[in-house]
Amino acid sequence: MAEPRPVLEMTGIVKEFSGTRALSDVDFRLFPGEIHALLGENGAGKSTLIKVLTGVHPLDGGTVVLEGRPVRITSPLQAQQAGISTVYQEVNLCQNLSVAENILIGREPVAAGRIRWKELRRRAAQLVTRFGLDLDVSAPLGSHPLAVQQLVAIIRAVGSGNPAAADEGDAAAGTRVLILDEPTSSLDRDEVEELFALMRRLRQDGVAILFVSHFLDQIYEVCDRMTVLRNGALVGEHLVADLDQVNLVKLMIGKDLDELEELSEHHTEPDTSEPFLKAEGLSRAGGIAPFDLEVRAGEVLGLAGLLGSGRTELARLLFGADTSDGGKVYIGGDQAALREPNDAIGRGVAFLSENRRTEGLVPDLTVRENIILALQAARGWTRPVPASQRDELVAKYIAALDIRPADPEAKTGSLSGGNQQKVLLARWLLTQPKLLILDEPTRGIDVGAKAEIQKLVVSLSEEGVAVVYISAELEEVLRLSHTMGVLRDRRLVARMANGPDVTAGRVLEIIASGEHQ
Amino acid sequence: MSVIDGFRTRAEGLRLLQDRRLPVLVTAGLFVLMFGFGAFRYQSYGFLDAQVFMNLFIDNGYLLVAAVGATFVILTGGIDLSVGSVIGFTTMLTAWLVEKQGLPLLLVAPIALGVGAFGGYLMGYVIHHFEIEPFIVTLAGLFFFRGLCLVISKESISITDPTVDRLAQTHVPLPGGSFLSIAAVISLAVLALAFYVLHYTRFGRRVYAIGGNEQSALLMGLPVAGTKIAVYTVSGFCSALSGLLFTLYIQSGDPLHAVGLELDAIAAVVVGGTLLTGGSGYVIGTLFGVLVLGLIKTLIQFEGTLSSWWTKIATGVLLFAFILIQRTMTGRRRT
Ligand SMILES: Nc1ncnc2c1ncn2[C@@H]1O[C@H](COP(=O)(O)OP(=O)(O)O)[C@@H](O)[C@H]1O
Ligand SMILES: [Mg+2]
Repeated sequence: MAEPRPVLEMTGIVKEFSGTRALSDVDFRLFPGEIHALLGENGAGKSTLIKVLTGVHPLDGGTVVLEGRPVRITSPLQAQQAGISTVYQEVNLCQNLSVAENILIGREPVAAGRIRWKELRRRAAQLVTRFGLDLDVSAPLGSHPLAVQQLVAIIRAVGSGNPAAADEGDAAAGTRVLILDEPTSSLDRDEVEELFALMRRLRQDGVAILFVSHFLDQIYEVCDRMTVLRNGALVGEHLVADLDQVNLVKLMIGKDLDELEELSEHHTEPDTSEPFLKAEGLSRAGGIAPFDLEVRAGEVLGLAGLLGSGRTELARLLFGADTSDGGKVYIGGDQAALREPNDAIGRGVAFLSENRRTEGLVPDLTVRENIILALQAARGWTRPVPASQRDELVAKYIAALDIRPADPEAKTGSLSGGNQQKVLLARWLLTQPKLLILDEPTRGIDVGAKAEIQKLVVSLSEEGVAVVYISAELEEVLRLSHTMGVLRDRRLVARMANGPDVTAGRVLEIIASGEHQ
Repeated sequence: MSVIDGFRTRAEGLRLLQDRRLPVLVTAGLFVLMFGFGAFRYQSYGFLDAQVFMNLFIDNGYLLVAAVGATFVILTGGIDLSVGSVIGFTTMLTAWLVEKQGLPLLLVAPIALGVGAFGGYLMGYVIHHFEIEPFIVTLAGLFFFRGLCLVISKESISITDPTVDRLAQTHVPLPGGSFLSIAAVISLAVLALAFYVLHYTRFGRRVYAIGGNEQSALLMGLPVAGTKIAVYTVSGFCSALSGLLFTLYIQSGDPLHAVGLELDAIAAVVVGGTLLTGGSGYVIGTLFGVLVLGLIKTLIQFEGTLSSWWTKIATGVLLFAFILIQRTMTGRRRT
């Protein structure tokens, strides 16, 4: 393939957010007439790269060359004027304005400074129809479902060429680079097809398209080339035809297969009792597709999948942190309506969230206060835990979990990540949960603490506590769980008993292909 | 001609509750109801005289102008607490320049308007570029301008200038024998202009976009900074103009004029159906808000035996009721 000059070339891009590097020395190039996938797990820096390019965030280092000329883009407005149209990951429209305005605001047709409303609606309707959509463009955007809003955002980006050209029905005139950051997350199959058809049409016209999606099938369906990021660094650029899905997933995770195999070890103890928790067809639109799940007392259910595959969303449904919009949950044999975490807590479910800093721990309170919080909440605020009992409990758990420093009066915020995690665990254990959901309990903590937490999970399960264990580290899940669930593209694609035949390789295969024999 | 985009979109009665015009209609309905009540109760006291209605505009013209400015700010999701102080300062500045310095009103008026607009511009600049809550910045503006009043003079300055007197006394005759004051006519012109700007210019639509979602407006490539600053400039300008109208109305400058008037302006905007969270509301609603508040005063005057603080109580009750209505409406919209 003869390579023309890239329309966009980013070199040595660096971006820091208050000291932490979101992007370090990333190169990225985009050719006219190609669809280029930007890939990586959640948090890899895809959206940040896009925001740096389009002037939402200032650049901390590196150069951007657009059509051979170095440019410095400092605002989304400037990016648009330079011919870069963007649909950001968060739907970036105004709910209170009409669909027509959302599509054309900033480019409204005017005569002597006066907006020509009729013309505006006509143009918007034309663009909407071209996309095969039938909707009332003068209705407020907020009255339409999320999928339609996402389509409107795409129509806005695609139609943002010069207004006169849009008038002629040549929607994309003036747009040289189209950026779509996870535009398909709330679209159904037909709408995705419609979008792909449009993308192919634009590619034909020489538009360069940057496409982000965590649906790997979509990447392979529509993209020509891909760039993989991991932890803010460039992993590589490949032609889609040259790299299969399994190898792509390995690049995204950054682990070699052999390395994973070596670590895995299995133990299965068949359990025949009634499940403690049972989910039937539980789902949440935009979060996770309907799934069935069972966890028994003393069982460790491991959930594997890429970041962003729906693991956390699944856990939050089981805990009532999000409300489901379909399906049923049975806890201890009874159907449970989980409308808020309290409903689950009352039934003996505990949830250690992956964001321990923002969603659980109060850094300014002492270790003692943090530990006692959930127990106090369970008793109700009018019945304080007696001081002697409280101190005894706290001392017991500090010792049992080996929290360091072993000082109940230490400020929790000053503890290391691993010890903070133990404080949170202690808090939940104090309530004597029957089901413990752990979302990334070992992320960002040191090796020693990691091993201790894993040991604790094993001993809890021996005591008869049911555990749902979520981790991005496959080897950890394989080692700990009795049963495995694999998630992919916000769908629980496989459930199986852990055993010698369940290897890291096989799980990776499922993550990559979504197929489970 | 469809006046506002999205006005005639859905005919279904079920959707009526979600219609953004509903609060305006409710306020307009309330006004009609209250007026009907007055007409019925005080029939024999001449309540139905057209002039009683016109006096609503004459007595509240300055409030209308201030509230129109506040509408711009509130539509972006901001707030301007400096309105009353800027009005008070304008009365002082005008009285002082006209009376003590002997400058002609024709020269003083643009100066006063410029000072108000510049004050608003500065507050908008600080709010946007230093990312400080509008509440705090305009609170500082409130103290600053009130303090400036006292720098000019601690005493009230009454105005004897013949031009001011003539302008204040001029009656603009209306068919049917009633009349409006110059100030009332100016306030209605400001209202019409504001309506045009908000609904027929790109600037106006940006105001709504920012109120709807500032982050989105930025990502859509709209000039958010300029628009936000402009909105506070508009409010500063309207406050100064309101101050000039107030000077005409009361013919004096006083460091304590219009204390707390920003709260009346905000109340009028809210009662007029504009959401304090921004992005939803109509400046026409603000007119009805001002008229309702004005009518409460008139009714209490006609009643004769009620003391004037009943105005405050009635305003409080109304405000409360309207905030509740807004709350249920936005709650509905989110689901
Ligand atoms: N505005 C921000 N402030 C601080 N950190 C941020 C901000 N935006 C993104 N990050 C961080 O940068 C990293 C990359 O995030 P992002 O680009 O959103 O990843 P992706 O789009 O690949 O999922 C993450 O660790 C995220 O927490
Ligand atoms: Mg992203």
